[in-house]
Amino acid sequence: MSTRSVVPFGPQHPVLPEPIHLDLVLEDEKVVEAIPSIGFIHRGLEKLVEKKDFNDYVFVAERICGICSFMHGMGYCESVEHIMNVELPPRARYLRTIWAEMSRIHSHTLWLGLLADAFGFDSLFMQTWRIREKILDMFEYTTGGRVIFSVNKIGGQRKDMDAEALKKLLAALDEIEKDLHSITKTFLNDSTVNTRLRGVGVMTKQQAHDFGAVGPFMRASGIGLDMRNLGYGAYPDLEFEPITSEEGDSYARTYVRIQEIFQSINLIRQAVAKIPDGEIAVPVKGFPKGEYFMRVEQPRGEAIYYVKANGTKFLDRMRVRTPTFANIPAMLEMLKGCQLADVPILILTIDPCISCTER
Amino acid sequence: MSIMNFTKTVVKNLFSKPATRMYPQQPRNYPARTRGHIEIDIDSCIFCGMCSRKCPTGAITVTRPQRTWSIKRFSCIQCGYCVESCPKKCLSMHQTYTEPDGVKRTDTFAGPPQAAKPAAPKAGVPAAPKAEAPAAP
Amino acid sequence: MQNGEILTIQPEDLLSECLKRKEEGYRLVQISSVTTKESYELTYSFGKGYELSHLRIEAEPGAKIMSISHIYECAFLYENEIHDLFGVDIELITLDYHGNLYRIGQKAPYQKKEE
Repeated sequence: MSTRSVVPFGPQHPVLPEPIHLDLVLEDEKVVEAIPSIGFIHRGLEKLVEKKDFNDYVFVAERICGICSFMHGMGYCESVEHIMNVELPPRARYLRTIWAEMSRIHSHTLWLGLLADAFGFDSLFMQTWRIREKILDMFEYTTGGRVIFSVNKIGGQRKDMDAEALKKLLAALDEIEKDLHSITKTFLNDSTVNTRLRGVGVMTKQQAHDFGAVGPFMRASGIGLDMRNLGYGAYPDLEFEPITSEEGDSYARTYVRIQEIFQSINLIRQAVAKIPDGEIAVPVKGFPKGEYFMRVEQPRGEAIYYVKANGTKFLDRMRVRTPTFANIPAMLEMLKGCQLADVPILILTIDPCISCTER
Repeated sequence: MSIMNFTKTVVKNLFSKPATRMYPQQPRNYPARTRGHIEIDIDSCIFCGMCSRKCPTGAITVTRPQRTWSIKRFSCIQCGYCVESCPKKCLSMHQTYTEPDGVKRTDTFAGPPQAAKPAAPKAGVPAAPKAEAPAAP
Repeated sequence: MQNGEILTIQPEDLLSECLKRKEEGYRLVQISSVTTKESYELTYSFGKGYELSHLRIEAEPGAKIMSISHIYECAFLYENEIHDLFGVDIELITLDYHGNLYRIGQKAPYQKKEE
C-alpha cells in the first residue's frame, strides 16, 4: 500500500508563463489526480461591456491576452459585424487573414522557445526567439506595435499594407523559413529532445473527444477539425488541409505545431498573391440588435465569441470561451499516470494562455 | 536520432557578431508607423473635445473656456483613435515612447488666447468684421 | 452553419437532452449565461464536426439547476464559473469549488440587481 501525498504546483513556477495552481496527488512519484485552481488573473473584462461603447470595446477585447491579441479583436469585430449585417470589403478580409496567420507564426514560435526552455535547452530557446524577433519587426513595420496592433475596427481595418510592405513581408518570410528548417531538425531529431517528448502524456482519440479538447491538442490525437474551414476571412479562397498526427503524445503535438508554422507561411504567400485592391473599411451606422456565436481558430484552438446586443450602444453580454478553458479538463485527464518530473512539460504542451482563460 | 544536430548552429554563432543591440548607446531606429506618443499642434486646435470623448481610457482632458488641452501620458494606450477623430487633424503620433518616470505626469498645453468676438447675436449685426478667427484650414 | 439553431427547453428536460446529444456523438463546446430582465438564460452549446447546436433554459433567481458534469466531464469548470459570477445554484457538480473558483471581492457581480 503506497502512500499518497499532495504536492502544490504553481502559481509561481519557472516553466509557466502565467500563474496557474495545481494540487497534484502523488503516489510515489506517479501522479494520480490533479485539481486545478485558477483565478489569479481574473480582471472582469466582460463586465466592462456594460460601460463602454461597443466601438470602443475593441481596444479592451484586444488586451485580453498579449499573444492572441489580434484574433480576439478580430473575433469580436466579426461577431458584431454579423449582427449588424455589415459586408466587409474583400481587401479587409485578406488583410485580416494575413495578420491572423502572422499571429499564428508568432505564437507557435514563442511556444517552441518556451518548450525548449522547459526541458533546459536554453540555446535552442534563444535561437527560436531570434526567429520570433523577425516576425515582431514585421508587425511593427506594418501596424505600429509589436504585440498589440490596434488595427481592427468594426467595419474593417484602420491601416493598410501597400505593395512595398507586402514585398518586404515576403522577403522576411523567406528568411524565417530558412532559419526554421535548421531549428526544426533539432526539435524533431535530436535524441535528448526525443527522450523527453516521445511517449509522454498520451491522449487517445476517444479521450480527446470526450473531454472537449480543441486545437493542436485535439489534432495531434487524430481528430482533423480546423475552424478555419468555416469560411470567415479570406480562407474560402485559400487552400489548406488540417494537419493531424496519430500518436497523441507530446512529440505529436510539437510536430503538429511546427508543421502549422510552415502551413501559415504558405497561406500568407497565397493570400499576398491574391489580395484584391479596394477600400479597407465601410462606415457603420446605428446600433446592433440580436445575438451571434462566432468561432475563430486561434493559435491555441477554437475560440467562441458570443455577443448579445439589445439596440443601444452598450452590449448586453460579450462572452469569450477561449481554447485553454476547454483544454484544462483534458489536460487533467492526461496528467493521470505520468511522472512528477514530466508535469511541467505536459502543462506546456497544451499551450496554456491563462490570461485568456480568466478574462 | 542523433546528438550532433545543433552543432552547426553553435559553431556558426561562435564566429558571428551578437544578435543584440547595445541599447541605449546605439539608438534604436523605429519604423515609420510605430505608435509611441501623441503630439498636438496647439495653434490649430479648436477645443471641440472630440478627442477626449473618443479616448478609450479617458487620458485626454479638454477645457473649452480656459483653452487648455492636457494628456495623462501614462494612461495613454497609443491606440490612435484621437488622431483619427480630430476634425482639424492637429494631433499626430510620434515614434518614441514615453520615458519611464517616478510619478505619473500629465502634460498640459495652453492655446493662444482667442481674439475678442463681437457680442452681437448672429441674426443681428453682421457688419463688424471678426478679428483673426482661430486658424481656419 | 456558423450560428447554429437554438432550442429552448425546460430545466427538467436538461439531463435527458444532454444524454441524447452524447449518444449522437456531440461534444460540449461551451456553457454561457446572460442576465435578462426576468431571469438568467443559460445556453449549452454542442458541436459535431463543424456544426453547432444550442440548448437554452431559463432559470429563475433561486432555482436549482442540475449539473451535467456526470455526462460531460468537462462541464465542471463552466458551471463553477456561472455559479461564481451569476449566483445561479447548480447542484451535484463533480468538482465543486463552492464559490471559490475566482478570488473576487464581490459575491456574484453579474447578478441581476434589485431595481
